[in-house]
Amino acid sequence: MSDYVVPLKTYVAVFVALLFLTALTTGVAFIDLGSELNTIAALTIAVIKALLVILFFMHVKYSPGLTKMVIVGGFFFLALLIAFTLADELTRTWSPQVHGWSMLIPMLHSRF
Amino acid sequence: MSTTVIAEIPGHELPSESRVNYLNVDHSVKSWLLTHDHKRIALLYLISITLMFFVGGFFAVLMRLNLIEPTGLVAPETYNKLFSMHGIIMVFFFLVPSIPATLGNFLVPMMIGARDLAFPRINLLSWYIYIIGAAFTMYAVISGGVDTGWTFYTPYSSTFSHSQVIPAAVGVFITGFSSILTGLNFVVTIHKMRAPGLTWFRLPLFIWSMYATSVIFILGTPVIAITLFLLGLERLLHIGIFDPAIGGDPILFQHMFWFYSHPAVYIMILPGMGVMSELITAFSRKRIFGYTFVAFSSLAIAVISFLVWGHHMFVTGQSVYAGLIFSVLSFLVAIPSAIKVFNWTATLYKGSISYEAPMLYALGFIGLFTMGGLTGLFLASLATDVHLNGTYFIVAHFHYIMVGGAVMAYLGGLHFWWPKITGRLYPDGWARFAALVIFVGFNLTFFPQFVLGYLGMPRRYAVYPAEFQVLNVMSSAGASILGVGYVIPLIYFIWSFKYGPIAGPNPWGAKGLEWTTPSPPPTENFEEIPIVTEQAYNYAGTSESAHG
Amino acid sequence: MADMAVHHAQPKEFQHQFEDMEQQRDAGTFGMWVFLVTEIMFFGGLFGAYIVYRSLYLPSFEIGSRLLKVNFGATNTVILIASSLTMALSIYAAHINRKNLQVVFLALTMLLGGIFLFLKFAFEWTADYHEHLIPGFGFIVRPEWGAAGYHVPMFFCFYFFMTGLHALHMIIGFGILAVLLVMAWRGRFHSEYYAPLESTGLYWHFVDIVWIFLFPLLYLIGGRYVIGGGH
Repeated sequence: MSDYVVPLKTYVAVFVALLFLTALTTGVAFIDLGSELNTIAALTIAVIKALLVILFFMHVKYSPGLTKMVIVGGFFFLALLIAFTLADELTRTWSPQVHGWSMLIPMLHSRF
Repeated sequence: MSTTVIAEIPGHELPSESRVNYLNVDHSVKSWLLTHDHKRIALLYLISITLMFFVGGFFAVLMRLNLIEPTGLVAPETYNKLFSMHGIIMVFFFLVPSIPATLGNFLVPMMIGARDLAFPRINLLSWYIYIIGAAFTMYAVISGGVDTGWTFYTPYSSTFSHSQVIPAAVGVFITGFSSILTGLNFVVTIHKMRAPGLTWFRLPLFIWSMYATSVIFILGTPVIAITLFLLGLERLLHIGIFDPAIGGDPILFQHMFWFYSHPAVYIMILPGMGVMSELITAFSRKRIFGYTFVAFSSLAIAVISFLVWGHHMFVTGQSVYAGLIFSVLSFLVAIPSAIKVFNWTATLYKGSISYEAPMLYALGFIGLFTMGGLTGLFLASLATDVHLNGTYFIVAHFHYIMVGGAVMAYLGGLHFWWPKITGRLYPDGWARFAALVIFVGFNLTFFPQFVLGYLGMPRRYAVYPAEFQVLNVMSSAGASILGVGYVIPLIYFIWSFKYGPIAGPNPWGAKGLEWTTPSPPPTENFEEIPIVTEQAYNYAGTSESAHG
Repeated sequence: MADMAVHHAQPKEFQHQFEDMEQQRDAGTFGMWVFLVTEIMFFGGLFGAYIVYRSLYLPSFEIGSRLLKVNFGATNTVILIASSLTMALSIYAAHINRKNLQVVFLALTMLLGGIFLFLKFAFEWTADYHEHLIPGFGFIVRPEWGAAGYHVPMFFCFYFFMTGLHALHMIIGFGILAVLLVMAWRGRFHSEYYAPLESTGLYWHFVDIVWIFLFPLLYLIGGRYVIGGGH
């Protein structure tokens, strides 16, 4: 927390920006950009909105570096949970390629 | 550590009864149950945690009795409940809170020169939350028990088990918040309330470990909370995100479960490592070798511990590629632990070593933790884990770390700080005897289990092939010796409250701010907040005096 | 307990374990941030599971998403953002020592939060119930969903669990705001002491941020296209 008093007009400006971004993201949802691009657009706008709330409504812009580190740390570990879990879920059906010595075994097997 | 308090002159201390301290300042029950004093809360935890330890131990006794006979003594369904209750109680209600909630609560403010933790009322709340969680779990025990294993794997736990899954899951969920609040309190306190001059690199290594442990509390516990919450919902609603009928993946449950539960094992060992640094330095009268390495390795363990959870899932059908990544990372996490063992051993070298009970526990820890850690490498290696998973090798591995490591460190710490906490000395002869009984009993119990696992005996089975009986009987015999070893300190600690010799402020001649206060300390810890100008463990006459 | 180390008078809100009010404020805010990290991991576990299943069952999740009432979702998003503004303004009012404004903004925050919950429960969830879209409460798989219908209940499990957990946090926040309203009415907060407002503000903004992510993830990425190529 800081003793810095965020000016009223900053709050109002951020509020207007958030309203605009909400309208934007809702509008874009009705336009077909392809499933991936629509998802990326929606998430990007969400991240921008979240950043506005964090930096200005939650005063993080005026907070000590420790606060910023704590927030980044939290999201980082969440990202680890999601990334490593997806690394399993999405590669479950990949088959390992057989190379090298292990190729010998079916070869020998078929010969003898 | 230098301090502005005038030290008490040895031999002229006031007997503790005639001086007001945190124990005698108010004797009413209300003053204990509504206390804000971190030291009293530590004692409240000590009593509850000791109780839960013996409850969990009771289930272990029943298990080892069953395993004397290859055909077992109880029905398999009952045995399933025994190992589940043993695991749930020992993990969540003993090991996870043990050192942090007792020694941590008592010592963190004292070691950093503060009057209390940052949030004393939240500290008290965390104890009540622990009690409520324990009550739910005890209800689950007495109303039929849980048979899913402490791991609560779906879909058995969500759909097929007829045991008291929901009360047990609710109990663990609630107690998780106790850990979260403790971790939160420690992190804020250590960041914001250190005494003047107490920079990060002058902190006792116990504080570094408590800090690293708290980071894991904060980041990991909420994930098991949501996982158990979802499990409970699914059991209640008969539909949920782990339900295979609508595409649910049981392995997703395991990912979410182990994301916490692997770091949880570091929650269970890091505080013990912190105690180790304090014991080894005090009883070698020497500065720790490689302070910075030990401090950073605590943080490294905390961070890397979040990257390895899949090694619990090598044989579940997890992707081979994910398994490869988790295997490599699991080797990495062994490195900081090894660094600590090397540093403690180097600290002993040319130290002025004495063999009081705390040091016996510390020396035991070094040997047993090393064995447990090395056997972990067999399990980190994907190829060997395929054979060893689900066998007694795993059981032996984690008991070497948790019992040979964590519990011995906990006992060593209790013995070391007992004079400070109670103002009394315990009988050192009995204490050393008990330490040896525990060491012998422990090895007799768990070393045969390495052999059994290697030979292929599965874990969580009520019966086993007859050729394994000799080793099982050895293990059960060892368990009875171990049990005796645990009861002896219970007796003399309670005895010492009334009959133990009065302890001075620093019976061990140890360094640390906590030893500059009277034993037991006054409620506000320090008359004046000390100003710190020295490094930690500033024992005289060492070759390390030029650098920390 | 008397604090012997402090030699000058401290305000009545001072707690003895701290050195001074500044350390107390600092610790309090930092503590709330640490708590919010635990909330990030708590909700994050659910979000993570949602992401996993969405990548496995994309067609089913898109079907489910299109069945949500996006008008209510968007309206609620605006309401929640407005409530964040009023929450921030209540702290501003404490800074400038205007007690009545504090009370007004806190009351507005509660009102907006209440409207959010009312719209969600009375309109969205009630309609979902009548349309047989609540898993475990008469869910009916519709034939027009085809093969993907098998996993549509999974989407709705997430929808109700995630918005339900979010609503639970809002209800808790509502309760805390009620307590703060009473304290503000009694003039407890002023430019030298407003820590509970600040902490509650952080909590409320966090709940807003959760919704900022929930809204697009649940309502907007199901391919409800009106403009552009067919879906």
